[in-house]
Amino acid sequence: MAEFKEISPNASAGARLLNWVDNRFPASQLYKEHLSEYYAPKNFNFWYFFGSLALLVLVIQIVTGIFLVMNYKPDAAVAFASVEYIMRDVPWGWLIRYMHSTGASAFFIVVYMHMFRGLIYGSYRKPRELVWIFGCAIFLCLMAEAFMGYLLPWGQMSYWGAQVIVNLFSAIPFVGPDLALLIRGDYVVSDATLNRFFAFHVIAVPLVLLGLVVAHIIALHEVGSNNPDGVEIKGPKAPKDAQGHPLDGIPFHPYYTVHDILGVSVFLMAFSAIIFFAPTAGGYFLEYNNFIPADPFKTPNHIAPVWYFTPFYSMLRAITSEMMYALIACVFGAGLFAALKSKMPSFMKAVSVVACVAVIAMMLSIDAKFWGVVVMGGAVVILFFLPWLDNAPVKSIRYRPDWQKYLYAVFVVVFAVLGYLGVQPPSEIGGRVSQVGTLFYFGFFLLMPWWSQIGTFKQVPDRVTFEAH
Amino acid sequence: MLKKFMQWALATTLTVSALGMAGQAVAHEGVALDKAPLRTNDLASLQRGAKTFVNYCLNCHSAAFNRYVALTQLGLTEQQIKDNLMFTTDKLGDTMKASIDPRQAKDWFGANPPDLTLIARSRASDSGSGADYLYTYMRTFYRDDTRPTGWNNIAYPNVGMPHVLWELQGSRRPVYVKEEEHGHEVEVFKGWEQITPGTQTPLQYDQTVADLVNYLQWMGEPNEDHRIRLGVWVLIFLLGFSIIAWRLNASFWKDIK
Repeated sequence: MAEFKEISPNASAGARLLNWVDNRFPASQLYKEHLSEYYAPKNFNFWYFFGSLALLVLVIQIVTGIFLVMNYKPDAAVAFASVEYIMRDVPWGWLIRYMHSTGASAFFIVVYMHMFRGLIYGSYRKPRELVWIFGCAIFLCLMAEAFMGYLLPWGQMSYWGAQVIVNLFSAIPFVGPDLALLIRGDYVVSDATLNRFFAFHVIAVPLVLLGLVVAHIIALHEVGSNNPDGVEIKGPKAPKDAQGHPLDGIPFHPYYTVHDILGVSVFLMAFSAIIFFAPTAGGYFLEYNNFIPADPFKTPNHIAPVWYFTPFYSMLRAITSEMMYALIACVFGAGLFAALKSKMPSFMKAVSVVACVAVIAMMLSIDAKFWGVVVMGGAVVILFFLPWLDNAPVKSIRYRPDWQKYLYAVFVVVFAVLGYLGVQPPSEIGGRVSQVGTLFYFGFFLLMPWWSQIGTFKQVPDRVTFEAH
Repeated sequence: MLKKFMQWALATTLTVSALGMAGQAVAHEGVALDKAPLRTNDLASLQRGAKTFVNYCLNCHSAAFNRYVALTQLGLTEQQIKDNLMFTTDKLGDTMKASIDPRQAKDWFGANPPDLTLIARSRASDSGSGADYLYTYMRTFYRDDTRPTGWNNIAYPNVGMPHVLWELQGSRRPVYVKEEEHGHEVEVFKGWEQITPGTQTPLQYDQTVADLVNYLQWMGEPNEDHRIRLGVWVLIFLLGFSIIAWRLNASFWKDIK
């Protein structure tokens, strides 16, 4: 227990109150550790707005969500009507609903930018592995949250989107059909599904999400923020002032709080422009078909998930029985490499070869649909391993060889193209492109241990590069 | 270098998404839609549209999410709504429900007439807004004796719905001309042949449909105009706030060397 501090009885009422609290709860200490004396690198750039923006959108979603739940009815017979009731009869209901629906897409935009920042500046590398892993878990939760939330308006796309995604689970060998049944609570998506998705969407997943966000921030403040140069400002060799504060660091409050207020304001302009002038965003944020109540007897011609899932959806669709030959060839190549070229002890070699043979045997015997699900899930799961895939001697893209910069650019383009193709109805050429894109996506990560070391790296400076504003 | 790269990456992403939207617009098939003359701030047009809707549509189609009392937003008094737009048994707080029996409707038309509250929103597609679709649809009915109702439609081929406004428009037949295109003979739509005249001239009929579509557009989202007006003020506020935030940030950061 901390020492009990006495304060002069002549001190102001505020000071005495704070002292009273501090003797019982570390209020001042928390404030100092996380705000006024949390030293962040002074060279943050544009990409560093998106962390605080993600927190803002989370708060928007929770607050608007609370008000939506007051009026929404999770019952297949009246769910659609209750959303229209919110849009028409609840005072300011339309605004709350549009904030929530736009917030969902905004969350993904902000989080994708935030993840991209981590990717290019190596913010996932030692000692920030756990920050990154908590972040990936947040992303996974966010996907679950968005997917289940999308069912609630009970429109045609809500219904059929959920039907398609839940059916994916039935592709898992042996347990699949029972698992899908467990998720739905029925043989088709129905009132039972709506009720359990509602429960998950409004309480279960948000609880986990909040816990992970706290863990993400605690882990970050434990190790300190990375920066665009990837230079450690708090390390044993980093320059510090007389009080031991890093010379390249500045207190988060007030410097980054005022900085983030500016970011928030600009973000809110874009956010409001969509809410007030284009809440459906041309059918991307709110799909047109979703203004038709769910009809289990009428399948829409083209079922596409909302845009933020489409890169992964493309990868799912890319795995055809034809594509399986390409995947088998990849596994075969990996096994051959492990056996002939790697420097592992022979026991490990044998294990790798046996594993490859086993995987190929499974690939030949299990339906491609299952492997599509594996690929889609793997595309997210592989992000968790990023800290151990990158072997570059530098963190930041600034000091990587030029060819690697172009590789990252191609990665961004491939991800965007996969997203675009996922919105489109399946087509011959689109399918081919997404197959190549899928191979590139996985190649980018799985071959990173090798390619990340190739090329001439630039000298990383001792101090961060910063020009006064 | 990095800045350049970012700009490049951002530009590429934007181009790709723009291409995507363009591609979508082309990918959709069907007839080219006529542009609906939208004027949801024209109260007289909305009132005429409401009248047409109540007289011609509401017998079979509900607008089950819209209350009669919401029509006060169109500049009508509650008494006017009661006297002109409602059956005596309805109350102002009731939603607009058709009295048709769903089972009979299914027998007569092969399907239940869909609810029209959100029709202007749900019929939007890559080829045009929902209003454009409805405006085209209501003006492309034609006589077709092979159909059970005797009517067919160009925007919605083999539709189950008969031409409800036929008395106004009269009955028509599309004229197709055979033309050669890339070595194939194709039928090209060349206009309409009036078989029997309607009570309205073609221009008047277009106006009637425009008013009706205008009303449907309003009913799809009664708060739309309010939303847009409010949005202008919100953005003006945020612009001012951003300028203050920008200067505030600069005044704090001038100490950081």
